[in-house]
Amino acid sequence: MVQRLDILKETPSQTAGPYVHIGATPNAIDIAGVWQTDLGSVMLTAETTGERIVVKGRVIDGAGRPLTDALVEIWQADAAGLYNSPQEPRGTADRHFVGWGRQAVDRDTGEFCFATIKPGSVPFGDGRLMAPHITVWIVARGINIGLHTRLYFGDEAVANAGDPVLLRIEDRSRIATLVAPKDLSTDPPTYRFDIHLQGPQETVFFDI
Amino acid sequence: MTQEGSYYQRDRAWHPPAFTPQYKTSVLRSPQRPLLSLENTLSELTGPVFGHGRLGPLDNDLITNYAHGGEAIGQRLVVHGRVLDENGRGLPGVLVEFWQANAGGRYRHHKEGYRAALDPNFGGCGRYITDPDGGYHFRTIKPGAYPWPNRVNDWRPAHIHFSVFGHAFAQRLVTQMYFEGDPMIWQCPIVATIPDRRAIEQLIAALDRNNTTPMDSLAYKFDIVLRGRRSTFFENRPEGN
Ligand SMILES: [Fe+3]
Repeated sequence: MVQRLDILKETPSQTAGPYVHIGATPNAIDIAGVWQTDLGSVMLTAETTGERIVVKGRVIDGAGRPLTDALVEIWQADAAGLYNSPQEPRGTADRHFVGWGRQAVDRDTGEFCFATIKPGSVPFGDGRLMAPHITVWIVARGINIGLHTRLYFGDEAVANAGDPVLLRIEDRSRIATLVAPKDLSTDPPTYRFDIHLQGPQETVFFDI
Repeated sequence: MTQEGSYYQRDRAWHPPAFTPQYKTSVLRSPQRPLLSLENTLSELTGPVFGHGRLGPLDNDLITNYAHGGEAIGQRLVVHGRVLDENGRGLPGVLVEFWQANAGGRYRHHKEGYRAALDPNFGGCGRYITDPDGGYHFRTIKPGAYPWPNRVNDWRPAHIHFSVFGHAFAQRLVTQMYFEGDPMIWQCPIVATIPDRRAIEQLIAALDRNNTTPMDSLAYKFDIVLRGRRSTFFENRPEGN
């Protein structure tokens, strides 16, 4: 026998099920009065610094159908590239921007929509800058463990080409699944980010 | 500022795989390509702070937080426990959210298809931000088992759904709590997505007789473990991380 490490095991994941919105976004599904607002439903105030953008998309299954029971969360840096977190060692982020958003997808169309700002760049572990990106996390019925991915911006071609994470994707054709094209016809501009769970366009998901 | 490093690698064999055909919905919703391994960057090591000021006094009381002239019907329970990391440390400031069916097994949701009655005084959601030692507690009623469309006649064991938001996005977790002694746990295709019986047992809350409230509530204890972080002993970290 040797000494024991006394490391606990992480609690195993279980699917969020079809009713995750009851717990996460009750107001969005007409369970009113339990709490005033759903956490993460509004990311901006008038004082938030940065370029206003909208992120829209759907979560699409292997048959090409959008999920209508998914929950999507995003996490991002502020306009200067700082995270509003005690774990941020480089400085203090915009106190008018938490950087976390959570939305139920639309019960009919499956679309999610975040009104946020475009984040600044954040360094990779070796000090190289990563391209501006938003961390995305998806849970739903039929998803046994939450899926992590990233949204990169379609108008950041130069930064994306040097991004240390995107450079790691061996099948270069799959990089496009992480890059949201910019639609300038809306005000503020919209980045469209459809997430494909399966199929030829399957989104790159991360083991983080 | 922290002296800690990245989170311990997730043991994917302890969690359910994505593709579990006995749970039919997973078939079209499971990624088929390998996940891309990504060591933690600041994007994964950080996370928002949830202040206690954002919660109301009834947020952790499912018996009264949707009251419409009465209290929720059912077996009254206190569910309590601690949120720990893999190093066994209690984690303060963790957002714990929970949702469940009513005592008859019926959810308050527009897609619910089970004929059991709605309880006018039961909404089914609650939340808590963990105490300095990682503790949490809430009051509720015992949820009923319910049928669901999978095989012709599948039923879920009584359970409470949990969403847990620790200190970093890398710790994000959604799971379900089951009740000690329930034979239906071992008949459930969703439970069975977890390959290791010991991992399933980690989701079964113990009846906690010591903390029952006389003439009021039974108690169940459910501890939740999130990923732990490496110590950084002799590491030169480049500027910017
Ligand atoms: Fe359920």
